[in-house]
Amino acid sequence: MDFIQSFQNSILLIVLVAIVTLVLAVFFAAILTNEKIVGSNFFRVVFYIPNILSIVVIAGIFSAVYDPESGLLNNIFSVLKLEFLKQKWLGNQEIVIYSVAGALVWQAIGYYMVMYMSSMASIPASFYEAAALEGAGKFKQFTSITLPLIWNNIRTTLTFYIISTINLSFLLVKAMTGGGPDGSTEVFLSYMYAQAYGNSTYGYGMAIGVVVFTFSFALAAILSGITKRDVLEY
Amino acid sequence: MKKSPGIRTETLVKLFIYVALIALAISIVIPVAWVFMASIKENEAFYKNPWLLPEGFHWQNFIEAFRDAKMGDYLINSVMVTTLSLLFLLIVALPAAYVLSRFEFWGSRFLNSFVKAGLFINVSYIAVPIFLMLLSWDASIKPFLDDGLFLNNRVVLALIYASTALPFTIYLLSSYFQTLPSDFEEVAAIDGAGYFRTMFTVMLPMAMPSIIIVILFNFLLFWNEYILALTLMPGENKTLPVGLLNLLAAERAAVNYGPMYAGMVIVMLPTLILYIIVQKRLTQGMTVGGVKG
Repeated sequence: MDFIQSFQNSILLIVLVAIVTLVLAVFFAAILTNEKIVGSNFFRVVFYIPNILSIVVIAGIFSAVYDPESGLLNNIFSVLKLEFLKQKWLGNQEIVIYSVAGALVWQAIGYYMVMYMSSMASIPASFYEAAALEGAGKFKQFTSITLPLIWNNIRTTLTFYIISTINLSFLLVKAMTGGGPDGSTEVFLSYMYAQAYGNSTYGYGMAIGVVVFTFSFALAAILSGITKRDVLEY
Repeated sequence: MKKSPGIRTETLVKLFIYVALIALAISIVIPVAWVFMASIKENEAFYKNPWLLPEGFHWQNFIEAFRDAKMGDYLINSVMVTTLSLLFLLIVALPAAYVLSRFEFWGSRFLNSFVKAGLFINVSYIAVPIFLMLLSWDASIKPFLDDGLFLNNRVVLALIYASTALPFTIYLLSSYFQTLPSDFEEVAAIDGAGYFRTMFTVMLPMAMPSIIIVILFNFLLFWNEYILALTLMPGENKTLPVGLLNLLAAERAAVNYGPMYAGMVIVMLPTLILYIIVQKRLTQGMTVGGVKG
């Protein structure tokens, strides 16, 4: 039963973190490569910072942000007179998994953004100029030039999202919530670790490990099969 | 007259873009900066509004973290483990990557795909099996060494760190070696240089950009790693992230915030300083490719 709970949590985290990070990272990457932004280098440098921090430090930072009494988030809501939004971010079983997802997205955006930026930078500017002459707006240019040309890169990162969310959610949950309250943030590998190391049922723990590994591999293969398009050359 | 609505949407879009950028930048800078501020606050200040600036520098937090929470000892351990791991890694990975990318021999194709298969293995899966393996090795040498040799050993931890980083490092280095023209080696061979001389004096200097990227990425990896260190070092010789983990847990039980934030600063300051120095290389090095642990 606990395994099913951890399974559900992991799936929720993978889907949520992948979609939110993907959208935000592509959005910011497109802005920083195609728009003339004052201080674009500054933004790029700042957005990458979470990626160099230890996951333990991130757990500490978000414990401070989510703290119900003296936390930053609840205090912002107090200042803005939005008292009804105040939550026990890490104490309420209903929302704690979303708090974990928030921390994961926070740390992942910069990494993927830099990745998308490098493939967007190789798209020739003449494509956009031609599209602009034809009367295509910014959004149209994005959907019919940028997105198709970085599609292969997006496909690759989908695999990364699966692998790294499974791994990082374990590291974060272990350092931040310990799987609690009452197992509501237990994920694949934290359950495995608890069974193998805490419960001393090593065989069972390793069996979970094999299942998770097979599952992540299969999920990555299916996703990359579904999203297969002909690679556009330019 | 006709142009003005167009300009207006243009400015609105621009405004929206800047708001979004600044919002994300704030959401990253503020929590990190807040930790730095909190590390010099007095303990009573944590019960007041968290947005108040610290009243003067309360260095006591750092002294407590270094002395009582032993972060000083852990810092030395972390420096030792990270340096040793990088050393082991480079000693093995540089020749291996060079050979795998340049020479055809019996089994070289198998070795190449074997190393690439290693990219899929994740440290979190194998932490417990490694622990069990070391435990049984310790048990088997118990007649000779009572304390055991393999668990709680910084050198062994460094060896394991290095070996977990090998697939990624070899993959990255050998894909860079492949882009180097082979003319240089031919010239070196004509001039009478042997394999080792060719590698050390011709190939490695040319591969310097990728070697620097490898050192940077792996420094961050080893410095920040905690699950192996937590599992394999149950004794005194903890590394910094594990020490910080203990501080986080202690803070939840007792209420002593200051040293915890001081500990966080101690862990992240070296990586931040390094990042500021080399940020350009690091964010460009991303294009060389790779999977994040």
